[in-house]
Amino acid sequence: MAGYAYVAPSSLDEAVALLSEHAGQGKRVQILAGGTDLLVQMRSVDNSPRTIVDIKQIAETNRLDIGARETFIGAAIASAVLNENADLKALFPGLLESADLIGSAQIQGRASMGGNLCNASPAGDTIPPMIVNAGICVIAGSAGTRELAVQDFVTGVGTNVLKDGEILLGLKFPNPAPRTADAYLRFIPRTEMDIAVAGAAVCLTLADDGTCTAARVAIGAVATTVLLVAAAADALIGTKVDDTALAAAATACSEASTPITDKRGTVKFRRKVVGVLCKRAAAIARDRASS
Amino acid sequence: MAEAVDYKYIGTSPIRPDGVDKVTGRAQFGADLNLPNMLYGKVLRSRYAHARIKSVDLSGALALDGVYAAVSGADFPEVQHGELGGEGGGDVADIAQNIMARDKVRYHGHAVAAVAAKSLSIAEAALDAIKVEYEVLTPVLDLDEAMSENAVLVDENCFTKNLPETPDKPSNIAAVMQLTRGNVDEGFAQADVIVEGEYRIPMAHQGYIEPHACTASINEAGQATVWCCTQGHFEFRSMTAKVLDMNIADLKFIASEIGGGFGGKTVIYLEPLAVLLSQKSRRPVKMMMTREEVFRATGPTSGTHCKVKVGAKKDGTITAATAWLAYEAGGFAGAPMGPGAMAIFAPYDLENFHIEAFDVLVNKPKVAAYRAPGAPQSMHAMEIALDDLARELKMDPLDLRMKNAADEGTRAPYGPKFPAIGFKACLEAAMAHPSYTKPLPEGAGRGVAAGFWFNVGMQSSAEVHINENGTVTVVEGNPDIGGTRASMCLMAAETLGIPYEQIRTLIGDTESTGFSNVTGGSRTTFATGMAVVQACEDIITQCKARAAATWGMDEDQVEWEDGRAVPAPGVNADVTPLTLAEIAANAAKTGGPLLGRASLNAQGAGASFTVNITDLRVDRETGKVDVLAFTAIQDAGTAIHPAYVEGQMQGGASQGLGWALNEEYIFDENGVMENASFLDYRMPVASDLPMIDTQIIEVPNPSHPYGVRGVGETPIVAPLAAAANAVRDAIGVRINDLPLSPPRILEALD
Amino acid sequence: MNKIQVETSINGESVEFLCEPQQTLLDVLREELSRTGTKEGCATGDCGACSVLLDDRLVCACLVLGAEAQGKEVTTIEGIATEEGLHPLQQKFLEHAALQCGICTPGLIVASKALLDKNPDPDEETIRYWLAGNLCRCTGYDKIIRAVQDAAQELAHPA
Repeated sequence: MAGYAYVAPSSLDEAVALLSEHAGQGKRVQILAGGTDLLVQMRSVDNSPRTIVDIKQIAETNRLDIGARETFIGAAIASAVLNENADLKALFPGLLESADLIGSAQIQGRASMGGNLCNASPAGDTIPPMIVNAGICVIAGSAGTRELAVQDFVTGVGTNVLKDGEILLGLKFPNPAPRTADAYLRFIPRTEMDIAVAGAAVCLTLADDGTCTAARVAIGAVATTVLLVAAAADALIGTKVDDTALAAAATACSEASTPITDKRGTVKFRRKVVGVLCKRAAAIARDRASS
Repeated sequence: MAEAVDYKYIGTSPIRPDGVDKVTGRAQFGADLNLPNMLYGKVLRSRYAHARIKSVDLSGALALDGVYAAVSGADFPEVQHGELGGEGGGDVADIAQNIMARDKVRYHGHAVAAVAAKSLSIAEAALDAIKVEYEVLTPVLDLDEAMSENAVLVDENCFTKNLPETPDKPSNIAAVMQLTRGNVDEGFAQADVIVEGEYRIPMAHQGYIEPHACTASINEAGQATVWCCTQGHFEFRSMTAKVLDMNIADLKFIASEIGGGFGGKTVIYLEPLAVLLSQKSRRPVKMMMTREEVFRATGPTSGTHCKVKVGAKKDGTITAATAWLAYEAGGFAGAPMGPGAMAIFAPYDLENFHIEAFDVLVNKPKVAAYRAPGAPQSMHAMEIALDDLARELKMDPLDLRMKNAADEGTRAPYGPKFPAIGFKACLEAAMAHPSYTKPLPEGAGRGVAAGFWFNVGMQSSAEVHINENGTVTVVEGNPDIGGTRASMCLMAAETLGIPYEQIRTLIGDTESTGFSNVTGGSRTTFATGMAVVQACEDIITQCKARAAATWGMDEDQVEWEDGRAVPAPGVNADVTPLTLAEIAANAAKTGGPLLGRASLNAQGAGASFTVNITDLRVDRETGKVDVLAFTAIQDAGTAIHPAYVEGQMQGGASQGLGWALNEEYIFDENGVMENASFLDYRMPVASDLPMIDTQIIEVPNPSHPYGVRGVGETPIVAPLAAAANAVRDAIGVRINDLPLSPPRILEALD
Repeated sequence: MNKIQVETSINGESVEFLCEPQQTLLDVLREELSRTGTKEGCATGDCGACSVLLDDRLVCACLVLGAEAQGKEVTTIEGIATEEGLHPLQQKFLEHAALQCGICTPGLIVASKALLDKNPDPDEETIRYWLAGNLCRCTGYDKIIRAVQDAAQELAHPA
């Protein structure tokens, strides 16, 4: 189709300059990481021409750095690569599991967390765990770099805060404190290959006696964006994360959700199931944090 | 006719002769042909589910650089109504209109124009440049609504067929059918228990992984060659000739390898378009459907609304049964209501029954055959009703079926008496099977159901050539979907008495072998196998004559044994037996090349019965279903290649489970399919299923030289009800509709 | 039309091709290079029929742009057998009747090879989840799983 172009800048400066130039000229541009969302959308939703800017040659988007206090995950790194890193999986098991759940082995060979976030589907699997792990987006543009909490990044269905000329470089996560663990569960009708009908991520910290001292709960696919549910976290904090607390957290999640009825699920179903997922994920996080 | 015979080759599972090409990527499927100078064809499809076409303006497309042809309905000849015949068949005028709309579009995705261009992207741009003016009409999408008085009409000229009098008003009911025996009112009066239910199943797709594709090339003399993936290239040739008003002698159809069909590739979609585009552009044209087009614009199977009522005595004897079966036809008549009606009670010996079935137009794609067309839907209803009946009677569900089981001599609901059949043998095997007797896993439910398919015979041809070194080439006309080349080689090996490895089977094109009906109807191993066997017997007759000539004897003094000509018993002659290779080496001197042939319209196709057992676990908090175990027990007559028979059973089970648990066409209020992708049309993936246990029962079919019954279709029939019955067992609540998706299960538990 | 010139390696052979910027690697393999062993089932990454290895990583060719093959090593089904003959996976697929129509087979063999290269002794569940991205409509997966298990045995303990 006339008008498509493909460029693979080899440096961040080159990429930012390219994006800014296109923005300035009003030319349509699209950032390509793994391509597992973009190529599908180009085929099934909107095939109008644009310049595709492949960010996989840029050092910063491929950087994986497990530091003493925080971890940086480059926006273009494929989920399969992340899941081969035992240290990373030990630090953020729920987050890595969510990346491992996206699609198939083939999809994971290309799909990136950064892309999953930027695509901003309400059902994006990595977004709830990113949020409960207090992830920070590192964004580069012609004005330099800026940072933003993950929960502020997605603005609506398929939309995010990136301005013309900006690229998500990666996600930063504070390394978990001792006796802290995360978990993510999603509901799909088959065992694989489906988009989440509902999803729940929990990250919690336990004191030595098993009392929950901190918690974050995020639910996905049940609203236009992922929701951080303070009431669910409050239901867990100060408790031993027993069945009563879990039930209360589940109810809080069901009540906070604002799902729709579509080809993947009904309002009633999603409301109920997101609560079930929350309590099951919280139980897993609790068990992980205890061990 | 053979019974409990020790075969030498039949019953083994050797590697198929076409196997290496398929595991190395060499085998050529429908979209794999690239010719020099080739163009790509694409189809413009209706945006509306129901509309009149006021005009189609192709000029914008033709004006684009790189576009060499464009066609619409106006470029096709008028075709009169008339039955095509054949397993895939149907009305030719309907087929012609289905592949390219003329005055009206009847479903979203209905073809309205096609173009041929240098590249796929230029072809897509050309489609965007075509202007179509529609007068949008209200679609009718619901089966019951379509059947009601004053429904929106899909076809204003549709007058219900098979009524005692032709109605004076048109309707969406294209045809009705009734089967009656005895007196159901009296029968129900005799019943101690009566159960009844109403069952709804949405439209579903065969889900073959290979989208339809073809390449056509026509010369200035009007002679065309069409390469396509098809279940039947002869029938495709016939249909294409009728649609384009061409002489079939001018159409050469070559069947590529085929990536699945299950009935969905027994009808044409692209082939006439490609031929016409090739004619206008004077270049070869390749057309490939996208997956989305496959969902929207090929032939899924009918969604249905069924009602069943069954009455029985305390001892389980069924005294009466009725069924009301409405099937969606889509935009053109031809739902499989007939076979569905004929199959529903077929496993049972009933004195009194009444069945009514309806072929109903709706603004959805025109349905095509899907593995045992019509039977999964109707038998789902009956097999659930029997499960409920068994519960009421406090009777084991298999015992209930055995009490009423059809057997040799039973008059089938559709007329003829069954010859030897294996339903009771399947039931006995199921009762004794470890998957029926083992304890139920925690949280699971167990369901059983019976299934049936008639299987057909129809026409096949075969030639057998003996090469000069004694190896054998079998040529027949049935595309090999699931390993039938191997089965032909096995039957030829058994008949000729020579090793399997010395035989190759190839699928001839329409110019190089005799006519064959489709690979479908579970007929290939049966009917084409029969033709191959007869062609081999023809060879044997010729070989005996050649040996007789060589030995200076009469032909009736020679027999054939273990692949050699030998003197008949009692004939005193000092001669060494002659092998096939020796006779072949000498063929020029004894009369010329050895060529055997046969063609037939196979009679005596044997019905294949099945019993399925499945364990499903239901997560009561989410409605999610896990398939823990599945056992398929089926009568194959004789399993020529047991591994491929098992494969049919496992594949059909997988499709049936997908249909039962997750598959459905979801339409919006405008008649647009919302889930036209493999993402949201949810077929089973590897992690959704356990190993699928199979047991092959062999009650040989007396009409086939090796006792073959078709096996391909029966496997999909019973899983729908088996799954429904397992869910009932697991959660204690009956769900009559499909799919048994998590929201539906959770709703039932509420 | 601004085509892109790409230099890549396919099954160990240097290959150069021209493609449109938005053309996928799958389209390039099949339509430009006539290497039709890799199949299209859906073009949206849901069926795995187009599975190839890209620098030894299992991917769907329909979700990779032709341009992205620049400088990379692509392995397709045509590169699985060697001078020594069929790969054990190919042999076992044949022996176990793990194919009926055969359209999903190239993708399944490439995907299975990627698994066994990474994990030589996978259990049944691991195999099923790894192959969840490869749809098969004919076999119900049973014989495919058995073929992969047998091939793993063969590779671990060559006969």
